[in-house]
Formats: sequence, structure tokens, C-alpha cells
Amino acid sequence: MSSSATPQGPLLQVASLRFGWDSRSAPLLDIAALSLAAGESLFVCGPSGCGKSSLLGLLGGVHLPQQGSIRLLGRDLVSLGRQQRDRLRGDHIGFIFQQFNLIPYLSVEDNVLLPCRFSARRAERARQLDADPRRSAQRLLDRLGLDPALARRQAMELSVGQQQRVAAARALIGGPELLIADEPTSALDGDSQHAFLELLSEESRRARSALLFVSHDRSLASRFDRRLELQPPVRSTPGSRS
Amino acid sequence: MKAMLWLALQSAWNRRHTLGLTLVALSLSVAMLLGVERARDAAKQGFEQSIAGTDLIVGARGSPLQLLLYSVFRLGEASHDMSWNSYQRLRDDPAVAWVIPLTLGDSHQGFPVLGTNQDYFEHLHYGDQRPLALTSGRRFEQLFEVVIGAEVARQLGYKLGDKLALSHGQGPEALASHEDLPFEVVGLLARTGTPVDRTLHVSLQALEAIHLGWQGGAPLPGLNIPARFVQKFDLQPKRVTAALVGLENRAGVFRLQRALHQYPDEALQAVLPGVALDQLWNMLGIVEQTLAGVSLLVLAMGLSTMVAIVWAGLGERRRELAILRSVGAGRRHIVALLALEGLLLSLAGALLGYLMLGLAAQAAASWTQAELGLTLPAWGTPASELKLLAGVLLAGLCASLLPAWRAARLTLSDGLMPRL
Repeated sequence: MSSSATPQGPLLQVASLRFGWDSRSAPLLDIAALSLAAGESLFVCGPSGCGKSSLLGLLGGVHLPQQGSIRLLGRDLVSLGRQQRDRLRGDHIGFIFQQFNLIPYLSVEDNVLLPCRFSARRAERARQLDADPRRSAQRLLDRLGLDPALARRQAMELSVGQQQRVAAARALIGGPELLIADEPTSALDGDSQHAFLELLSEESRRARSALLFVSHDRSLASRFDRRLELQPPVRSTPGSRS
Repeated sequence: MKAMLWLALQSAWNRRHTLGLTLVALSLSVAMLLGVERARDAAKQGFEQSIAGTDLIVGARGSPLQLLLYSVFRLGEASHDMSWNSYQRLRDDPAVAWVIPLTLGDSHQGFPVLGTNQDYFEHLHYGDQRPLALTSGRRFEQLFEVVIGAEVARQLGYKLGDKLALSHGQGPEALASHEDLPFEVVGLLARTGTPVDRTLHVSLQALEAIHLGWQGGAPLPGLNIPARFVQKFDLQPKRVTAALVGLENRAGVFRLQRALHQYPDEALQAVLPGVALDQLWNMLGIVEQTLAGVSLLVLAMGLSTMVAIVWAGLGERRRELAILRSVGAGRRHIVALLALEGLLLSLAGALLGYLMLGLAAQAAASWTQAELGLTLPAWGTPASELKLLAGVLLAGLCASLLPAWRAARLTLSDGLMPRL
């Protein structure tokens, strides 16, 4: 499987990647080439068990492939130490998950500020953008349409839709180069789904972040620059412009 | 680290109800650990303070420890006395600077009564060579006058001029009363933190006087000698229970001790207070070590509870840990988070335990003083307690590394999305 290169130059480059949970059986993921440029959006879809979550773990540097390379901002995750991979993930990647996105006992604002607590780089970039990470969090929450009065509320007091907006703000704070969203809209109803996607796309464009969006809902693919379809057990079709 | 501390505090607060139980278990074990240490210190200090400047304790031959117990701590009874003649010969020895005669056997409402003379107030020292002092009144001068210790005055509410009757025998079982010859309180001693506080002091002659007409520990029927006539009798003591001896030159202590052991007229023993105190302390050391062992076990149980609760809670926290991983937390952050939680919990347990013990010691101060003769300090942190508290924190930190290690393993296998 391969994905076409982009004119902006690759932010993320995957080559000859093979990964499986059990080394004796056929690999779960077998990606010959995949690249993603800054500001570009990629839609990744596939049925359950095709390795979507594993791919996110690999891109986030949590898991390592049995074979191949994953380069983020020119650095090969495979050759980095665990601590360096953790730092690279914290500094350059923002994640949004399907549900249970937030730390329930923290306030909305503290949830958004979490990446700045682990990454000095994200904190510094938030400071450059808004003079202060807290102000940056407030701005993002405001842009994502969350009532400022909710900022001090505990995350568990919010509705699912509100929680997803907070998760998006958290992923965007400090302007990470890569935004990875794992089925972030599956728990939302139709209207909320489209509204959330609009906001996410707009904010990632504004931050010049590349967006890797994982979903099994193929109807969303048209909103993204490219599409990558994963198929079990290892085969996937080449990415195509949507 | 600042971020992890903040997060650990927030997380612990979120689970405050569950962790509260651990905290109670931990703080109780810390209170017990410190309590044993404090009681040990108080007991040792009380021992060391109870007698100072005395070179020898002399009494009838028997157990040196028993002699120490009844002459200094007013505990138990002497099986034999020493004769007045022996006391006088001791007093007249040129090597001896002073001798305090002690006669025990009577009591008042459970407090021991000591018959002695003015040398007691002149020469008895305690603590750091401090002499006895009166807070009010004077020493006894007349026959039926009594000088009472601070704890006796406090517990029984006596003041100068009050009258009291002595009982024959010691302890609560003392039945026969000398109520026909009451004593007047003429002096109140300042608190010493020693058995002196729990003692009533009368003259040797007064003890002779109240036992006129007594035989075999009971008054002779029909014989009642009124107070105004007792002066007419010979009140010269015939025997004393023990004597405290101060030497002109301490270098001669072993010579005198040997001489007393070879005393031809009576079987006597002379005990060096420091040596006897050490023996007694070593005997009590087994109890102390057992108590310390039990409190360490209790602490271990408290820490085990903490580990078990944190460990059991990890299953529910896998998503939380995965979220932290996704926002940049590494394995070391996860380990630090769990270890800090354990450390904070141990710190809170140590502080709460310290506070609980302080309040308990404050509330039970008069009881421990009266019943155990221990002056337990409620507050203040000596170096030994600081070491114990530091040990608790270290043990808490080490114990929490176990769930921290498991959390780190879980986060590695879970990745960014735990499969629950």
C-alpha cells in the first residue's frame, strides 16, 4: 500500500512498515509507503481489526514495528529511545480519541493544558501564540464554541459533544505539527458530527497542523485531502485523492 | 516533576474516599510507631531523671533491682529492712557526705508515703542535678505534718492546711487506716517528673508515732493513743527501708560498696543507681523491642493496604494513564505519578499520625502521668521521631514503586488505547 507524496514536503514518512502482535502469524499492518505533509489531511478507514489503533500507536511511538521506518519531522521513531519517542509525541502530536478523552477529575481548562505540563515546547508555543498557555486554552475553547463558564467545571460534568470539543482544544494547544483523531465523531449525532468536523478542520488548518483522521464511516472521507483504506489482515489499498 | 506533583494531588483528591481508608490505617500505624518511641523515651528519661547525685542505694540484701524499684520508684515492697544502727554507722562513715533514710510501707489513697528527714530535701536531686523545690508552704517540722508531691496535690486537690489520714500498707488494698492521727499538709513540692511527684513525705518519727500500739500490721484492740500523748513515747526509728548515700569523693564508691557487702552486723547490699537503672532498662528492653516490632508490623500492614488499594485501582485508571501517555507522559512520568501518590499518602499519614498522637497524648497526659508515671510529650519532634517519620516516607515511597511498576507495564501494553 502506498500514499502519494505531497508538495509541501513530508512531515510524516512511513516506509516498508510491518507490524503484528504475534510475530509468528501474518503482520497486522504492512504499509509500503505513507507520507503526510504539513497542513495536509488524511482520512484512514477500515473495518474493525484492520490495525487502525495499532497504526496510531506506531505513529505515536508507543509501539515499534517489526520492520520498516516511521519518520516524524525527519526523526526515525524506530531508532529513538523510549524516552525520546515520548518526548517527540508530547512535543509534536495531538491526539483526540473516540471517548473517555478527558481526565474526569480535572477541570476543562486543566485538561486542555495537560500537554503544556508535559511538553515545554508546547507550553512555549502556546506562550508565543497567546502570551500564556492558560489564555491559549481559553482562546481554543472559545473558538471551538465552548461556553467560557464551563472552563472551571470538571470534565465529567460535560456532555459527550462538549467533551470532544475540549479534547480537540487539548490536542491543538501549543500547535502540534500532527493531529491524530481516532473516531472522534462516532459518539456524536449527525449534526454534532458535522459541526465538530468543521471546527476541527478549521482549527487544524489555522494551526497548519497535519490531520490524520481515523474512522470507519466512509461518508466522511470527502472532507479530507486524501484517503487511506486499511484492510485485514495486512492488505490496504493505495491512498487516493478524495 | 512539578506537573506530576500537581497531577498526583489532583488524582489523590479525586479518590479521596478510597484513599481516606488507607490514610486512616497509615496514620494509626504511624501514631502507634511514634507512640511506642515516645513512651520509650519518656520511660528512659523518667528513669534517668528519677535520681541524680546519689552514689549508692543501700538496703537489706536481696535483689538489687527490687531495692531500686522500691527505694527510687516506690514500686513493690521491701522484704527486709535495715537497722537504724546500720543507718547511723553509715552516716558516721568519714567517706560519706550525706545519707537519706527512707521508710516505706504506708500509703494514702494509693499514693506511697515516705518517711524521711530533712536530708531528703537537702540532698535529693533529680534530672540534671536539680534539687527539690516547694511551690508553696515549707518542709515538715512537726510530727503530723506532710509535704506532698505535685501529682498528689493535683489529683487529690490538696492545698496547704488540708488534713489527711494515712493508710497502713500500700496500694488500693491498704485497709487499716491511721485516721485517728491525721496529718496537715504544710508543703507542696514543685513537679519533678519523677516518683517524688506521687509521694507524700512525712518524718520518720511521724511513722513511728502512727504505728504506736500496732502489731503485725494491725492496731491492738482497745489501745488508742491520742495525738497529744504520742510525743511522750520514744519515737526513735528502729529500722529504715533503705538509704540513699552521697560520698565525699565518688572515687571511693567501690570501696564503700565492698565494705557494705561485708558488713558484719547485718546482711546489706549497696547498689550503684546507674548500674541498677541500666539493668532495669535492659529488662524492659525486651518489652520495648516487642512493642516496636508490633508497631512496625502495623506500619507494614498500613503500607500493604495502601499498595493493595492503589494496585486494585489501577484497572480503573488504565484509560487515565493512556490519556496521559497520549499527551506526552512517558513511562517515567507514570512511575513518578504513582510513586508521588504513595509518597504524598505516606506524608499525609505521617502528619495525621503525628497529630493524632499529639492530641491523644495531650488528652491522656494526666492518666499516663498518674497510672504509668510517664510524662508523655504531646508535641515537639526529637531527632529519633524525625528519623522514624523519614523512614515511614521512604517505606511509603518504596512500597508505592510496586503499583508504579505495574502501571508502567500496563501503559506499555495498553499503548494509547487500553483494550478493556
